[in-house]
Amino acid sequence: MFTLRGVRKSFGTVPALGPLDLEIAPGRTTVVIGPSGCGKSTLLRLMIGLLTPDAGTVRFADRPLTPDSAQALRRRMGYVIQEGGLFPHLSAAANVSLMARWLGWDRLRCEARMAELARLAHLPADALARHPQALSGGQRQRVALMRALMLDPEVLLLDEPLGALDPMIRFDLQAELRDIFRALRKTVVMVTHDLGEAAHFADHAVLLREGSIVQQGPLGDLVDRPADPFVERFVTAQRAPLAALDRSGAP
Amino acid sequence: MTAGRRFALAVLALLALGGGRAEATTAMVGSKAFTESVILGEIAAGLLRDAGIAASHRRALGGTRILWQALRTGEIDLYPEYTGTIAREIFAGRDLGDAAAMRAALARDGIAMTLPLGFNNTYAIGMRAGTAERLGIRTLGDLARHPDLRFGFSNEFMDRGDGWPALRRAYALPQRSVRGLDHDLAYRALANGDIDVTDLYATDAEIAYYGLKTLADDRHHFPAYDAVVLYRTDLARRHPAAVPALRRLEGRIDARRMAAMNAAAKIRREPEARVAARFLATALDISATRVEETRGERLWRATKEHLALVAVSLAGAIALALPLGVVAARRPRVGQAILAATGVVQTVPSLALLVFMIPLFGIGGPPAVAALFLYSLLPVVRNTHAGLAHIPPALSESAVALGLPPAARLRLVNLPLAAPSILAGIKTSAVINVGTATLGALIGAGGYGQAILTGIRLDDLALILEGAVPAALLALLVQGAFEMAERRLMPPGLRPRPVAGGTP
Repeated sequence: MFTLRGVRKSFGTVPALGPLDLEIAPGRTTVVIGPSGCGKSTLLRLMIGLLTPDAGTVRFADRPLTPDSAQALRRRMGYVIQEGGLFPHLSAAANVSLMARWLGWDRLRCEARMAELARLAHLPADALARHPQALSGGQRQRVALMRALMLDPEVLLLDEPLGALDPMIRFDLQAELRDIFRALRKTVVMVTHDLGEAAHFADHAVLLREGSIVQQGPLGDLVDRPADPFVERFVTAQRAPLAALDRSGAP
Repeated sequence: MTAGRRFALAVLALLALGGGRAEATTAMVGSKAFTESVILGEIAAGLLRDAGIAASHRRALGGTRILWQALRTGEIDLYPEYTGTIAREIFAGRDLGDAAAMRAALARDGIAMTLPLGFNNTYAIGMRAGTAERLGIRTLGDLARHPDLRFGFSNEFMDRGDGWPALRRAYALPQRSVRGLDHDLAYRALANGDIDVTDLYATDAEIAYYGLKTLADDRHHFPAYDAVVLYRTDLARRHPAAVPALRRLEGRIDARRMAAMNAAAKIRREPEARVAARFLATALDISATRVEETRGERLWRATKEHLALVAVSLAGAIALALPLGVVAARRPRVGQAILAATGVVQTVPSLALLVFMIPLFGIGGPPAVAALFLYSLLPVVRNTHAGLAHIPPALSESAVALGLPPAARLRLVNLPLAAPSILAGIKTSAVINVGTATLGALIGAGGYGQAILTGIRLDDLALILEGAVPAALLALLVQGAFEMAERRLMPPGLRPRPVAGGTP
């Protein structure tokens, strides 16, 4: 679905990513994990063309993603960020249907599609009429997901979509999201720093460190056969809290 | 930037279409911004109407330069002037020895003048009679012995050819405390003791009223200021009866009669039109049918003029400032230049800006609209720029990520998000505009400023308030209207509101 070759990106003199090669297989959920500042959001933003690589190429569906082609290709991708990125001046419904309306969908078609998505995302019917600031955090992310799915895109790009939610809501939404991804059989690329979340979603995991891929493959491999001490530390660090709990509960 | 500039010129050109030259069928009379000139203007207009010519009087337009410029460009066809001003001010430095030389110089600009009307309204220097007596001052030369006297001269006198600098040289005057102020305010300053000495016109009604002494010009510094009427030579072609009608005034107004008319208008506060009508009736046996505006009609007319000035200039400013603000937000380097340029316009004193517009647009509404237009740009440009620049990156990127093209992003996302800031900028512009528009009366644009200026000229507090109070009310009204519009038009999601809690 995506093919990245020799992609490199710096912000000013600070290198952020690469050079990096990556293949995203279609129909699977790929989770990009790594500590904060490792370049995982940069990677996602390069894939949707919000950033242009300093060197190398990004291809989407066998077409090069360039500043010229990006606008059209983006309509085949859905993008969800941590705080949802919903437009505060528009109702939830207007947020979801903005692009479709611009493309000339009529009201009936929009409403039918939104009803379908609301069922899928478990959004209460009355929430669609409200403005984002009158929605809860979880509802906002559901609306953001609906907006990303409105045009039935081939891929979903999710940047810490659950990162701003409190743990309980997050837990519920994780399960729902996984069901949605499975039902839709979409290509999904999700960025997270949370190993538990990665375990929940990942068909394929990519671990980044300081802009480079340290290891990729099934998440189980990363846990069981860490490629180097960094991977081992990253895995152990996230397991530590539970391990502590186990010990304190022992007789 | 060049596209923007071209657009600006186009807007200014459009505004210029609204007003402009005197209509060919109407004879346009002008007058300077002091009572005597306004009375003479009324008299001239009355004479023309008596000769069957449609005449209109643009009262109290400003000083010599504005009137002369307007006459040369055909904005007006005639106005009362003084020979001393023609020699020393209009043709300064050309040393026109006699009337023939003056007529020849005027003819080269397509202008002619009548014979003197009969009074010499020369400049004089005056002080309170009591002070003069106490200090033993009778002549201008005597002033040199009292270096501590405080001088306050009319602004025009401060920098004219025969004004203060020349007077100081002619009499070797040592005074250091010299300031410029409005001629009409100078009398009050003199009466209050804020200044000791000021310049006067020989026919000023206040000389007798305030008990002033005019000092003898023993070195003959001031030239004769014989009143005449200047008119365009093409007036005779368009209205053959006009020049003979105007010439009926020649030699008919002596100094005593002029001072009496000035006193009637300034001290007894009779409308200039009524004073002029009485003169026409008694001296020339012309019964002028004169429509006097009631206070209500005057107020309504001023309101319409004021609103027109504000509405046209503000609409034009918004139409240009919004795109400029958008460009400024998109291209930071061009933006710097745009913000700097509109900022510089704002630092030009409003009065100066008005006067700068006269060579481009003449007098009346168009130059005032152009100046107000330029004045209104900055708040809208700045707030449009700020509103767009402060949109959270997550939101502008979300719009990009959806695949919306730039124009659609601007219309559907960025401008609505910047709307609160933009509306606030327009509100600021509108309120400033309402206040600044009162200055438009200085160049013949009418509006509430007309009553304020006339009130100052006639020392009539009621008249000043007739302009000042509605102007202040209008500013409050505009402010209120915008605040209501902000509440109404603001996208609901951008209004402050408690964040809802609850479960997902």
